[in-house]
Amino acid sequence: MAEAVTFGIFAIVALAGAVTMLVAKNPVYSAVGLLSAMFALAVMYILLDAHLVAMVQVIIYAGAVMTLFLFVIMLIGVDNPNAYGPRPVSQSIVTWVVAGVFFAAIVLAGSGAWVTGSAAFGTADLNGTIENVADEMFGTWTIVFLSTVMLLTIAAVGTIALAYFTGADDDEAAA
Amino acid sequence: MSDIVTVDWYLILAAALFAIGVAGVLIRRNALVMFMSIELMLNSVNLTFVAVSKELGLIEGQVAALFVMVVAAAEVTVGLAIIVAIFRLRASANVDELAELKG
Repeated sequence: MAEAVTFGIFAIVALAGAVTMLVAKNPVYSAVGLLSAMFALAVMYILLDAHLVAMVQVIIYAGAVMTLFLFVIMLIGVDNPNAYGPRPVSQSIVTWVVAGVFFAAIVLAGSGAWVTGSAAFGTADLNGTIENVADEMFGTWTIVFLSTVMLLTIAAVGTIALAYFTGADDDEAAA
Repeated sequence: MSDIVTVDWYLILAAALFAIGVAGVLIRRNALVMFMSIELMLNSVNLTFVAVSKELGLIEGQVAALFVMVVAAAEVTVGLAIIVAIFRLRASANVDELAELKG
C-alpha cells in the first residue's frame, strides 16, 4: 500500500513537472519543471530497486545536466515569446493529435505484449547495487562501456571545436 | 514489494511522459525547451528499461539505462554547444528564425 501511495504521489509530480515544462512561457520555469520530473523519476527507480540508477539520475541529470541547461538559459537570455504571435489553431490541433496517437500507440503496443501479462511483478531477486550493476557492465558489456568512453571523448572534442570556431571573426583569428 | 503496483503502471507513466516530450518538440519554438523535451523522452525510455528489468529479474535493463544516461550527457554537451554557437551568430534561440541554410 505504501508503495502505491508513493507511486501515485510521484507519478503526479512527474506528470505535473513535464506539463509545466511543456506550457511554461519562461524557459527557466521549463527547466524547473523538468528538474522536478527527474527527481520524481529517481524515486521511481528506488521503488524498482534500481538504487545505483537512482543515484546516477540525481547526480548526472538533476545535478550536472540541469545545471548546464540553466547556465545556457542564463547565458543566452530568454527570448520574447510573443515575437511571432500565437501559432495557428490548426497547428496546435495537429500537434495534440500526433502526441495522443503516440501515447495510444505505446499503450496499445505495451498492453499486447507478454511482459504486462505477468502476475509475478517484482518477485524476482533483483537488487541494483553498485556491485551487481558493475559485474554486468564490466563483465558482459565491456566493449559497450569502452565505446561510451570513446563517445564521451568525441563529444568533448566536438564541443571544444564548436566553441572555438564559431563566427566569421573568430575563424580568422583561429586560422 | 507488494502486488498493487504492477509494471503496467510504470509503462503507462513512461508512455505519458514520452507523449508530453513529443508534444514539446512539436509545439515549442525555443530550441532550449525542445532540447529539454528530448531529455524528457530519454528519461521516459529509461523508466521503461528499469521497470522491465525489475519485471524480468534481469540487471541488463539497469545497465542499458546507465548507457542511455551516458549518451544523453554527451548529447546535451554537443547540443547546447550548437545552440550557443547559433545564438552567437543569430542572437536568437528561436528555431523559426533558422529557416534558411545561409550561415
